[in-house]
Amino acid sequence: MMNRSDQSRSAIRRDGRVRERKKWFAARRRALETQSASSLSAVEWAIGLVLLLFLFLPVLSLFLSVTPQRFLAALGEDVVREALGLSVRTSGMALLVVVIFGTPLAHRLAVDRPFPGRAAVEALLQLPWITPPAVAGLALLMAFGREGLVGRYLAEWGVALPFSTAAVVIAQAFEGSAFYVQSARQAFAAVDRQLIEVSRTLGAGPWRTFFRLELPTAMPGLVVGAAMAWARALGEFGATMLFAGNMQGVTQTMPLAIYTVMERDLDAALTLAIVLILVGFGLLWLLSRLRQHLS
Amino acid sequence: MRDILAFDIQVPLSPFSLVVKGEVDPGVTAILGPSGSGKTTLLRCLAGLTRPAAGWIRFRGRNLFSSTDGVFVPPERRNVGYVPQQYALFPRLTVFGNVEYGLKARRVPARQRHEHVRDMLKRMGIEHLASRMPGSLSGGEAQRVALARAMVLNPDYILLDEPLAALDPQTRHHIREFLRSVLKEASCPVLCVTHDLEDVRHLADRVMVLREGRIVFEGRVEEWVREGPPPEDGEREAADLENKGAFDNETEIES
Repeated sequence: MMNRSDQSRSAIRRDGRVRERKKWFAARRRALETQSASSLSAVEWAIGLVLLLFLFLPVLSLFLSVTPQRFLAALGEDVVREALGLSVRTSGMALLVVVIFGTPLAHRLAVDRPFPGRAAVEALLQLPWITPPAVAGLALLMAFGREGLVGRYLAEWGVALPFSTAAVVIAQAFEGSAFYVQSARQAFAAVDRQLIEVSRTLGAGPWRTFFRLELPTAMPGLVVGAAMAWARALGEFGATMLFAGNMQGVTQTMPLAIYTVMERDLDAALTLAIVLILVGFGLLWLLSRLRQHLS
Repeated sequence: MRDILAFDIQVPLSPFSLVVKGEVDPGVTAILGPSGSGKTTLLRCLAGLTRPAAGWIRFRGRNLFSSTDGVFVPPERRNVGYVPQQYALFPRLTVFGNVEYGLKARRVPARQRHEHVRDMLKRMGIEHLASRMPGSLSGGEAQRVALARAMVLNPDYILLDEPLAALDPQTRHHIREFLRSVLKEASCPVLCVTHDLEDVRHLADRVMVLREGRIVFEGRVEEWVREGPPPEDGEREAADLENKGAFDNETEIES
């Protein structure tokens, strides 16, 4: 026989035990959860680290392969200086061409309703993403070469594009245009339609609305696209090689120069490579700053 | 010549077409009707943002649109005051820049322009906001800026698309009173799309009821209260119209 207080005491003890057991289970479950989560993240980080090292080591070894003195000495070499100058000039021109011809098209594609043949236009704009640069170079040669579809008429007028500096610009513009147009189109499409309509009702015609509202609003996206196109133009190798050739001072851009001088003058090749990498990182840094500044 | 905006237009929509004919006298005309009845499309046609398939739109006898004569005056040459539902302030311009935008487009000289903007900001009671960016404004403030931006151009007619819908009830009450005084001053035709019977009661002189692309009632507010169209089964607007009886209560229908 248990009296009432005994009963309640045992009930309390039982409750306490149940509570403790529950607590223990909860703790165990938490431990298991965190354990499995941490093991997942550990494994993923370990595998990811391999990739990061794989990307970082070549860059590091590039910088370690040449001393600052030899780097500066190589910068003075003709082949390096000419390649640098040519690359800056041609890629700048290519960028200009891409922006002038790409911006109107990007704007139309962003604001116009779907029209017949739009899919074909889209596919054409993806072309430089999916064709290997060597194929692009060959195609450019078939179009603008001396015997080419357009080139034979140009030749009659005394214009010979292949193996000239102009050919370098064409190859770079061909490769870079898709990056710019895609990015610019997204930027224009993101401009609020209502703002455009209000601008029109306020007395600003389509031209004024474009230059005063749409262009400034889309500018960050245009700049990002231009930067990507420029980077692509600067790094262009295959199409330039096939369409423009490899002549120092005329068509030998930095990537071509690296390829050419690598065996006889490794320092010069390394110097050009380091310059290209620094420019690339500089561009990334500028873009991230720009994005912070604009957002 | 009468100071009116008149229209007779057809716009194919789905599942029905907008086929409307009417005149808008000076003063405020509320456009009522269920969602999708064509209210906003009518407003857009009058603004010049949507081109009707057929018909005509005239202001003081001038053709703004005429399908038979092939006339379509684009929005920038209509001198219309248009305030869309979400105000659509230019996010990269200050309040001053927003109000100045239309005057700049009309090439008003800088001195005059600044004077006009300052006067308008003062009239709207927002001169202290001149250098603020739209992102930092409250709903009521943004509404005043949008109104100032449209009114500073001295428009021939004003189109408001649910001007108070985006505001919380307290602000709405305030802005409604304010809107009334401003629109009274403007003394030009004003069309105001709304779902809110309070808007009709406080702002409007006349009511136009749209249903499935047709105007089913057009008349003075008092007439509408007395003899507006009877509610139809299964129609959202039935609720609006039934509530007419309780006109003095705070009645408000969600869109």
